[in-house]
Amino acid sequence: MLQVTNLRLGFASGKKMLVAVDGISFVISKGETFALLGESGCGKSATAQGIMRLLPAAGRITDGSVRLEGTELLTLAEADMRQVRGARIAMIFQEPATSLNPVLTVGMQIGEVLDLHCGLRGEPARQRMLELLRQVGIADPERRLDEYPFQFSGGMKQRVMIAIALAGEPDLLIADEPTTALDVTVQAQILDLLAQLQRERGMGMLLITHDLGVVAKMAHRIGVMYAGELVEVASREEFFSRPQHPYTQALFAALPEVSRRGMALTTIPGQVPSLAAMPASCRFADRCTHVMPVCREISPDWRGVAASHTLRCHWSGSTAVVANHTPRMGLGHLMPEMAPFLDVVDLKVHFPIRRGVLQRTVGQVLAVDGVSLAISAGRTLALVGESGCGKTTVGKALLQLVKPTAGSVRLGGSELVGMQGKRLRAARRHMQMVFQDPFASLNPRLRVGEIIAEGMSALGLESDAAAQGRAVAALLKQVGLPDEAAGRYPHEFSGGQRQRIAIARALAVQPELLICDEPTSALDVSVQAQILNLLKKLQEELGVAYLFITHNFAVVEYLANDVAVMYLGRIVERGGAEEVLRSPKHPYTQALLSAVPVPRLDAHSAAIRLPGETPSPANPPAGCHFHPRCPLAIDVCRQRYPETSEISATHTVNCHLAR
Amino acid sequence: MMGFQVVLLWSDMLIWLLVVAGIGVGVLVAKTPPLLAAWRRVGADRVGMAAATVLLAFIAIGLLDSLHYRVQLDGKPGQKASYAVEVLSVLDALAAPLRLRNEKTYSAPFATRLYAKETIDLPGGETLRDYPRLKHGGSHLGEREDAVAADAGLTAFRAGVLALLAWAALAAGAAALVQRGPAAVDASGWQKIWRRETAFAWDAVLLTVGLMLLVVVPLFWLAGQYHVFGTDKVGQDVLYQVLKSVRTGLIIGLVTTLVMLPMAVLLGIVAGYFRGWMDDVIQYIYTVLNSIPGVLLIAAAVLMMQVVIDTHPQWFSTAAERADLRLLALCFILGITSWTGLCRLLRGETLKLRELEYIQAAQAFGVSSWRIIVRHILPNLMHIVIIALVMDFSGLVLAEAVLSYVGIGVDPTMISFGTMINSARMELGREPVVWWSLAAAFTAMFILVLAANLFADAVRDAFDPRAA
Repeated sequence: MLQVTNLRLGFASGKKMLVAVDGISFVISKGETFALLGESGCGKSATAQGIMRLLPAAGRITDGSVRLEGTELLTLAEADMRQVRGARIAMIFQEPATSLNPVLTVGMQIGEVLDLHCGLRGEPARQRMLELLRQVGIADPERRLDEYPFQFSGGMKQRVMIAIALAGEPDLLIADEPTTALDVTVQAQILDLLAQLQRERGMGMLLITHDLGVVAKMAHRIGVMYAGELVEVASREEFFSRPQHPYTQALFAALPEVSRRGMALTTIPGQVPSLAAMPASCRFADRCTHVMPVCREISPDWRGVAASHTLRCHWSGSTAVVANHTPRMGLGHLMPEMAPFLDVVDLKVHFPIRRGVLQRTVGQVLAVDGVSLAISAGRTLALVGESGCGKTTVGKALLQLVKPTAGSVRLGGSELVGMQGKRLRAARRHMQMVFQDPFASLNPRLRVGEIIAEGMSALGLESDAAAQGRAVAALLKQVGLPDEAAGRYPHEFSGGQRQRIAIARALAVQPELLICDEPTSALDVSVQAQILNLLKKLQEELGVAYLFITHNFAVVEYLANDVAVMYLGRIVERGGAEEVLRSPKHPYTQALLSAVPVPRLDAHSAAIRLPGETPSPANPPAGCHFHPRCPLAIDVCRQRYPETSEISATHTVNCHLAR
Repeated sequence: MMGFQVVLLWSDMLIWLLVVAGIGVGVLVAKTPPLLAAWRRVGADRVGMAAATVLLAFIAIGLLDSLHYRVQLDGKPGQKASYAVEVLSVLDALAAPLRLRNEKTYSAPFATRLYAKETIDLPGGETLRDYPRLKHGGSHLGEREDAVAADAGLTAFRAGVLALLAWAALAAGAAALVQRGPAAVDASGWQKIWRRETAFAWDAVLLTVGLMLLVVVPLFWLAGQYHVFGTDKVGQDVLYQVLKSVRTGLIIGLVTTLVMLPMAVLLGIVAGYFRGWMDDVIQYIYTVLNSIPGVLLIAAAVLMMQVVIDTHPQWFSTAAERADLRLLALCFILGITSWTGLCRLLRGETLKLRELEYIQAAQAFGVSSWRIIVRHILPNLMHIVIIALVMDFSGLVLAEAVLSYVGIGVDPTMISFGTMINSARMELGREPVVWWSLAAAFTAMFILVLAANLFADAVRDAFDPRAA
């Protein structure tokens, strides 16, 4: 149905042309899902924009053809192209929060498409809109149609976006990372919905993603992109059973998984070459483990290895996945269990809601509502939960960046809550934080050396400049960056390198506990593996304890000794990683685990689907917070919050059913 | 050689301080790579550099006009030297012909006769009502009054040729400079300039300089023989008034920003960073200040200042000092009433910055609030400050014109665009209309403000983090 042949497009930069997508070809037939897989910056989104002819102002399509059922799209007049967009090809975007216009009702936004492409107006249009909303699983569509986007949650907005995309009855749906911004349980809902709609309507779908798990769940055929080129195209079965290209193999090997616990993850050395300096030979050559002299001279041609499997690589070695010669690394749980270094009891953080002229408090947002944790030296506790459950607030409250409302935080025997001035500053030495976004966590106007030295000067550790310089150099070495990095500015580094700098900054004051707030969620898989390896290595060398705040179960399985699962400001299940992940007792933990898309063929047996989304912490449900979404809820769940029950010495759960 | 006494007016001091500060900032920028990179982007912007060239010409005029002195009067030797009451500037000395060759009243540009009929006594005792001959304008022509066009054209042509020669010399100098730089491509400096292969927008600068020379050289050449922009009611040359107005405009534009900047930056950051009651207080202050009609506030302050000046004549030894104080007072008043916009902008940006993770990381290290403000917040606000500075400049020059027109601007004896327009107001009402005073003031101010705005655009493009 859609036939893309030798598409080349680039971005004009001055007089030069930076080629972002270099001659890619693929076809998508009716009812088929073709997944474009690749890391950030490899040209996936540019390809989609090129097909829609929606490239930004600097973008140019230089060569190739895009045919939709025989119609050449690239030579179509803009007026005709507008008839194609929305009616024959529709697109859904990554960020549901920004893809809907906040000042128009949902009905008006769907109606716009109906009016344009189907000529429907008035009552028939309204009927059609109701039908569409029902199709995408929005309850009570009569009322929802006249509401504004801010009244919808993130997952609901994405459903509306899908409804808008479907309104023009397109033949092809382009989904650009449709679930990346959503929580796992909601992601599972949206993926199910997309798969079901595609089956019903026989649409073609171009799915753009970086997540192998999503690919395994959705795609029929997969194209792997690297540095603007397709390097491997295979059917789903072939792809997951016999990945051929070294890049694809490395992507699989870089995934953190429970089977790789205690081992260093395979990383891909180096970085994607920049657009301005693309090698004429094989583009992966510099990072490839199987590189041969020919790779550096000739760009490989397509070659078939099976009926539905082609790739561009000179190497035709064994299909065996990259050998497990990776060294075993320090296992956190080899450390002896000691008295907890950090002991948190019944921590509460409530934010008042103020209204009216006099700013009176009319309610409380119960962001954190009675959390108890304990971390021993040298161990890793993973705090898991969906967005909005309060896990980041816990991290900040521990550091006293947010003032706790109640509870106690004891660090090495001294109480932090209520501590002031000098003593608090001294206590902060023992505890530091690594933030999520490496682009926002480094001041762009300071040199890397100054950034790392800041903590030392503020806490008065190294006062003279020479000693500070030496300390900075040692830290840079520790996180695997060259010495000369100290004199450069953050913008000269890639995301992974910036995260290393952030880790070096936190380590500069020699803390015993590092709070890592989603340190890898903004990074690509291969870079994530590097950072996880680094964190493990540091734990082994320095004996740092980690509080790992994350929503990514693969990382938890790989790294954590203990796991605490949070829902709506409270911890619902807590225990050793093995216990919680192998035999989860709380229905929420079970649902979370089953919703995680697994990058394997055999996954997805009896997934538990949670209805709805996390309620607002300003107004939590009565009784057990989870009961409105719980498939097993009984009467007592609606009436009172469950007590903590012990499954084993280390494993506790808050559920009426787990007794 | 006559003796003279240097007079240092307060505004002179401030303007030279600004020049020194500008050089200091320049040195600082050269040492800070990100700032240097941003200014390099400004340097590569053709329109911006053309505007900067024009602005520099205006600034040169203003600086020449900011070196004041008093001439020593002829006295008997042995007596204590006494000095003239009139304070002159270097510009006055350079433009002496323009300043001294006054006519009786209005005359049109390039006119040889006055614009009003007068009764002329003829030798025979008769009288005649006619346009009298000008004392200076076109006096070298004698009786050949109809040869003005030919004479002026020829002079302009000669001056133009000279201007072209001067420009060629300048361009050759620039080419030699480019040639000496790092030579990546093997081409002469001249070719590099016109193929736009230089990092700095030399072609735009050279073109602007060429155009300016082509206009300015003939203009001043002719100004020696004619009143090229005509004369005003008291016969003063309008070109001279335009030149004198430049300094007033520059001072209003620059000194005012100097007054408002510390207040806006400090209060804006404090409100945004500390929030709570400090934020409330600062917000109330600027909301209240904003809701008082600006002109009313300025009028009240200026009139009070005028009363103070009038009741203390002993403070001032010359009229220039008195006018100068009023000018400075106006700058302060404008500064105090115009900081609110920038303050609000900076407060909003600080609110955004303080939630960023690197600020939180610094807080987690226990870095003190003031250190966070100085190290982390202020440098990240600098682009807004620079953009606001350059954009406010043109607004303030226009504000001066409006205020002087209403009569609450600079001292009436001080020449400014506003006072020129104010005095031209009545002339527009007479028949036949006297248009040249207003047109000259309008054109000069238009060029100055347009150049400032274009330059501001270039600066904003270069410093805006979203555009980079």
